[in-house]
Amino acid sequence: MSELRFTEDHEWLRVEADGTVTVGITAYAQNALGDVVYVQLPELQHYEKGAEASTVESVKAASGVYMPLAGEVVAVNDALNDSPERVNEAPMGDGWFFRFKPADMSEVTALLDQQAYDRLLNANDDA
Amino acid sequence: MSQALLKTPLHALHLELGARMVPFAGYDMPVQYPLGVLKEHLHTREQAGLFDVSHMGQILLQGSDAARGLETLVPVDILDLPVGLQRYAMFTNEQGGILDDLMVANLGNDTLLLVVNAACKDQDLAHLQAHIGARCSVQPLFEQRALLALQGPAAAQVLQRLAPEVAGMTFMQLHAVRLLGEDCWVSRSGYTGEDGYEISVPASAAEALARRLLAEPEVQPIGLGARDSLRLEAGLCLYGHDMNPETTPVEASLLWAVSKPRRADGARAGGFPGAEALFRQQREGVARKRVGLLPQERTPVREGADIVDAHDNPVGKVCSGGFGPTLGAPVAMGYIDSEHAAVDTSLFAVVRGKKVALKVSKMPFVTPRYYRG
Repeated sequence: MSELRFTEDHEWLRVEADGTVTVGITAYAQNALGDVVYVQLPELQHYEKGAEASTVESVKAASGVYMPLAGEVVAVNDALNDSPERVNEAPMGDGWFFRFKPADMSEVTALLDQQAYDRLLNANDDA
Repeated sequence: MSQALLKTPLHALHLELGARMVPFAGYDMPVQYPLGVLKEHLHTREQAGLFDVSHMGQILLQGSDAARGLETLVPVDILDLPVGLQRYAMFTNEQGGILDDLMVANLGNDTLLLVVNAACKDQDLAHLQAHIGARCSVQPLFEQRALLALQGPAAAQVLQRLAPEVAGMTFMQLHAVRLLGEDCWVSRSGYTGEDGYEISVPASAAEALARRLLAEPEVQPIGLGARDSLRLEAGLCLYGHDMNPETTPVEASLLWAVSKPRRADGARAGGFPGAEALFRQQREGVARKRVGLLPQERTPVREGADIVDAHDNPVGKVCSGGFGPTLGAPVAMGYIDSEHAAVDTSLFAVVRGKKVALKVSKMPFVTPRYYRG
């Protein structure tokens, strides 16, 4: 269950064996943000789709991390409190933000797959 | 869009070095290089950083009445500014508000070199021409000269390799120095809190000089991102953020820059725009002033954030804020009602609807390492 999904806001999602979904920001996003110095993690609660669940602060600016789908946040990556630089070093690994239980699991597969996300990045580069 | 932006003489070099470019004060400028803001900042404090600040405006005033003329526009002692020295100054308006801040150097032979902010340089030039253009020549060097800053504890040993005489210069001295055969003005000053130099170089020679300095093992190119975090830790003001036409030198906590002879009880008291307003503020105090602020949590507190007291009463606003890489913590400055401005006062910034605890702090936040001999 390691197939990745993506949002147009440059978040990645991975469905875990226990049915929760891990969320982080992509390598492209961390590079665009620059050095991450603080992550405000979400509360363990339900968020609607598109809600600003988390905020990532780089040396330059604060950026919202939005709930990719409606669901309940069940875990956050507390390690980011002391080591926010993990978001830069391993955005798809140790730098994950939170796990949530989607209200409707079928919506996950409707998000962008790797190929579609790569096309989005290419289109951004050409713009 | 980008065609409309101006370029400094180092523009091609920035691109070659892999800089991320952003529009700043009408120029296409490097905000960071591949090293990144955090490491660029730390490198400058540990070794030496090279900054392109050619977007800033250099203006020459010439004539026997130049110093006396300039004194009619700034609350600073220019008449007794020794040859080979520079001084921090600001143009004030009739209310005592700050139109721009600048450096003034005495080059000798009745010649003053002014360095003003990029965003204000056309307005400053017009201001000088309108008010003292009949008393001295006012010559913009905007296209002719570039400005490089070499900052950090290794700056002196690096620049000595090109010109041994710069070793003996002390903070705020400015000398004519030949670098790579070109006539430069070198001052021992900067905008980082570190020892270092600012180098005015003919535009045509700027790239060769920059490449020569970057070839030294201690030197890395540093972008505007780290320039901002370095100056913030050093407690230095950024025009348009920490001061503007609505803030006076007293409110901006820049009274130290108002020279003694130009103060109410000085030998040449007043005689600059807004003198009465400034003297009244000195006598009666001000309602608000610029102070340092240290967030007590890891949340960066940024420009524009409201500041409140424990009872949620508004008491001020953040004017500059971000993360201080040397402190390893967020850092900010803000304008605070004077009754809450004492050091160690506990306040709160409102960030995304939540209160972040702040302490009013002394500035600078890092100990300056200016070379005073």
